[in-house]
Amino acid sequence: MAQKPIRFTHNGAERAVFVEEGANLLDVLRRGVGDLTPKYGCGQGTCGACTVIVDGAPRLSCLTLAETVDGGRVDTVAGLAEGNRLSALQEAFMSHFAAQCGYCTDGMLMSATALLKDNPRPTREEVVEAISGNLCRCTGYEAIIEAILTAAGSGGARRAG
Amino acid sequence: MAVTVETYATLAEAQRAMAGGRARFLGGGTILMRALNEADPSISTIVRATDPALRQIRPEGGEIMIGAGVTMAELARHRDTAFLAPVARVIGGPQVRAAATVAGNLFAAAPYGDMAAALLALGATIETADGRRQPIEELMRPSGSGAGGLVAAVRVADPRGAFHFCKVSRVKPKGVSLISIAALLPRPGGRIERPRIVFNGMGPRPVRAAEAERALEGRSLDAAAIAAAARAAAEGFDPPDDALASAWYRREVAGVHLARLLTGIR
Amino acid sequence: MAIEFRKDLFADERDDDLNEIGKPTQRQDMLGHVTGRSPFYDDHLFDGLCHIRCARSPHHHARIRRVDTSAAERMPGVRRVITARDVPHNLNTLLSLLDFGLDDEELIASERVAYKGEPVAAVIADTERQAREACRAVRVDWEALPHVLDVEEAIKPGAPAVNPAYPGNLFVYHGKYDHQKLRYGDVEAALRTADHVVTGRYQMSPIEQAPIETCGAIAAPETNDRFVCYTSTQALFFSLGTAVKLLDVSSARLHFIGGTVGGGFGGKVDSLHEPMAILGTMLTGRPCKYMFDREEEMQVGAPRGAERWYLTDGVMNDGRIVARKFVGYFDAGATTRLSSYAIIKGVGHLPGPYTIPNVYADVYCVFTNRTPATAMRGFGVTGVDFAIESHMDEVADTIGMDPIELRILNAYRDGDMKAHRRLAKNTALVECCQVAAGKAGWGLSQAARAASSLTGGGGARAELPAFTATDEHGRVAGFSSGSYAQGGRPAEPTGRGDPRPAPGSAPRPEPRHEPPRHEPPRHEPSRTPEPRREPAYAGAPPRPEPPSPAPPAPGEPPRRAPTRFSSISGLRRR
Ligand SMILES: Cc1cc2nc3c(=O)[nH]c(=O)nc-3n(C[C@H](O)[C@H](O)[C@H](O)COP(=O)(O)OP(=O)(O)OC[C@H]3O[C@@H](n4cnc5c(N)ncnc54)[C@H](O)[C@@H]3O)c2cc1C
Ligand code: FES
Ligand code: FES
Repeated sequence: MAQKPIRFTHNGAERAVFVEEGANLLDVLRRGVGDLTPKYGCGQGTCGACTVIVDGAPRLSCLTLAETVDGGRVDTVAGLAEGNRLSALQEAFMSHFAAQCGYCTDGMLMSATALLKDNPRPTREEVVEAISGNLCRCTGYEAIIEAILTAAGSGGARRAG
Repeated sequence: MAVTVETYATLAEAQRAMAGGRARFLGGGTILMRALNEADPSISTIVRATDPALRQIRPEGGEIMIGAGVTMAELARHRDTAFLAPVARVIGGPQVRAAATVAGNLFAAAPYGDMAAALLALGATIETADGRRQPIEELMRPSGSGAGGLVAAVRVADPRGAFHFCKVSRVKPKGVSLISIAALLPRPGGRIERPRIVFNGMGPRPVRAAEAERALEGRSLDAAAIAAAARAAAEGFDPPDDALASAWYRREVAGVHLARLLTGIR
Repeated sequence: MAIEFRKDLFADERDDDLNEIGKPTQRQDMLGHVTGRSPFYDDHLFDGLCHIRCARSPHHHARIRRVDTSAAERMPGVRRVITARDVPHNLNTLLSLLDFGLDDEELIASERVAYKGEPVAAVIADTERQAREACRAVRVDWEALPHVLDVEEAIKPGAPAVNPAYPGNLFVYHGKYDHQKLRYGDVEAALRTADHVVTGRYQMSPIEQAPIETCGAIAAPETNDRFVCYTSTQALFFSLGTAVKLLDVSSARLHFIGGTVGGGFGGKVDSLHEPMAILGTMLTGRPCKYMFDREEEMQVGAPRGAERWYLTDGVMNDGRIVARKFVGYFDAGATTRLSSYAIIKGVGHLPGPYTIPNVYADVYCVFTNRTPATAMRGFGVTGVDFAIESHMDEVADTIGMDPIELRILNAYRDGDMKAHRRLAKNTALVECCQVAAGKAGWGLSQAARAASSLTGGGGARAELPAFTATDEHGRVAGFSSGSYAQGGRPAEPTGRGDPRPAPGSAPRPEPRHEPPRHEPPRHEPSRTPEPRREPAYAGAPPRPEPPSPAPPAPGEPPRRAPTRFSSISGLRRR
């Protein structure tokens, strides 16, 4: 099997991994890097559970050819908290019960993180738009929207840059 | 079979690597990667080009040159393509828009192809890797042979307010379109001149609604003209039955949505 | 969104000393969720993990003439191709663990497929891509068979036989009937004397649970000749039991780890993945993952099944519903899974939360060549509730009555006899209607506003019908009643305390099937008038003595106060 080496910054740390040709970023993060926070929900771009931030923009890791991030920067939920200190978004998700099964949560957090980085004071409509690529089958979205609005009110996503 | 990924610095090199037929060019990958994830047996080689020119948007000779690799997110943000922002903003969710390219959209099968519909209405010109230019119609012809090469850029003139677009979808925001309508309605002196009305979702590719265009030609955009265009809207189309809507439904609502779009303009 | 507690309602019936209810309590798994550390089954990494994918039927119904796996076996990365022969005990029904129903489903189809997507072979390969490619190389010689996709078509004479365990395409209830019956009073007689007869047909399409995490399991060899299985199941011991049965191993050899489920909604009880993953590990000695992709989740994963209902109500001019008749069809798809049980639940729910003196139901669990159906949130009740409440509106419309008033008028009150011969307790529909009407700004009459669940029930309404019309239609022969699992059981129970015969010896009885009849059965004309009912709202009749709670079992301490409001004891404090 043809393997290629790639390097990228993962949550601030340098990584070098071998990737199978044609592999998507989701597989490489999960199995190559061991970062299990992005989730597989569809492999076709519809669910958003695999959302990560690549060079500042929210991306679907299942539809991202892994080698295209060579030399770039990838941020995931694994990098949101500093030790035990959660990011404002994580805190808000907790206090608003914005997760039930938790499977969509990582993707939601990354879409929200990307939003607040560019737009620290979003309107409700902007929040809805920002998470429109993320499906949640449990919560009915309201709690998630409230959590993101609250996090924005309290200073936005810390460390979101 | 294992997949090979080949990366080139220029589109011309990538074009040469495409020879043989089993290679596919990678844009943003929002369509191609799904096929790869599902081990589509028709794909054995992926060809990429890292040429920064592919990501450029710039005015050139009275037109806007949009590089093939420009994403929907970039189109929605860029000052020179503000007229395309209403289209770019409703394609997929934020993550899709951050990856999806203009050229990829030209090759996206229904229900996708909203940007292709807009560009067809705008009478865009397609520039291929070897520098040839051709009207977008060539590319959109159902029986056509495609671009006859990789797309390097799309050229389009700023419609100066004469361009209108609507997308009809069940899920909002983000749902794919049952149909979308793009309309270029130049009205020098108040009368519509050479309108271009394009439907996506009424067939396998975006198509011009010739009868609706005829109904509007030379008229002012009044209720009678809109009604005539709406009546003619679905003529000549053979829309698909799919999970989003039945052919019957599409035929029924095509005129309704065209009328709404046109009414909103006045 | 804030929850509104209406503690003014039934205030004297509860101790308002709850410590948790009404106060936000953090979920114990929330920190894991927001940090991405919750361990879903797929979050367990194994070196050398193999991937299992299935070659599936492209037909709704077909005979398998031959499965040729030789090309697939030679593909790169392929460790093994599993077919029906490799499954130690390739026949099961999900509810066999509860001893309910006949084994009617193979893990991998051997001779016949009965729905699109049914697996015919499973490929184990080093990468998912290799497994996908090898699946395409599995050659199956199909003989397409006629198929049936509609419940009412499926039970017509001559319809394609979907499920060999049930030749008439109907599940058999209690070893006796091809449908689940409810008989209470005399519906036909009451319909004859009703002022209006209102009929309706309602149906519900299948609904996919669509969890964001698709169903799957990972198995790996453990020490001591055991196998560990990480699974997305909602029903860990159900899945364990199913794996034990299909693989014919001791449960002591299987170590199941679950509990973190990426959304289930009922769709993760079917236990298809655990046995397959473990079997793969047994046969290859390697860790194996078997996971639905999204397309499989939607196409092959069992949905909430479709239902079709015919309702006939007898209504008086004043709005009293005096008879309600149901004929219902559940689309089980090709195998039983949980549909048979859904119907038991559904029939127990009839005729909805209304006191109706004559109720009749025939509910059929029908096999069709659709994806097998399974559990989903309130399954068995959701479809018929939709039918009932839609029908209530039709009834209201027919007699020109306000639909909420109609509901209040007919609602269960405390002490009423229900169609399944239990007294109604803790009823609250009247208050629900009143509060909902208030919130919606919907005007109600003085009488409707004054109505209460606590009054107007019981008395004559507590009495069983003097006569209940029964019938034997839909009777089948050749199925054993009682225990399905114990083959040698006599067809009719011989009395209480039947000793269980030795398991496993007797051959499966040859079923004989009579097609269902939908006409009402012939029976004696009603010998007694329908039970007299208190006119609605006409002042509260004397409150019946509440049924006394069952005395505590000897040695059991008396229950403490708060449990008296629980739905388990079913009693409000009075
Ligand atoms: C969840 C989701 C929602 C979506 N919603 C929409 C929507 O609302 N509207 C819509 O129109 N689309 C939608 N799409 C489809 C898709 O994202 C867009 O059509 C997008 O523009 C495709 O571009 P791409 O760069 O990602 O294409 P790719 O996947 O990279 O390529 C698609 C095809 O185009 C070819 N191609 C790409 N670039 C070139 C080139 N320069 N020259 C020649 N051939 C080329 C590729 O070889 C391939 O065959 C959606 C997709 C997803 C996953
Ligand atoms: S797994 Fe990537 S969008 Fe669903
Ligand atoms: S919390 Fe379960 S999918 Fe969102």
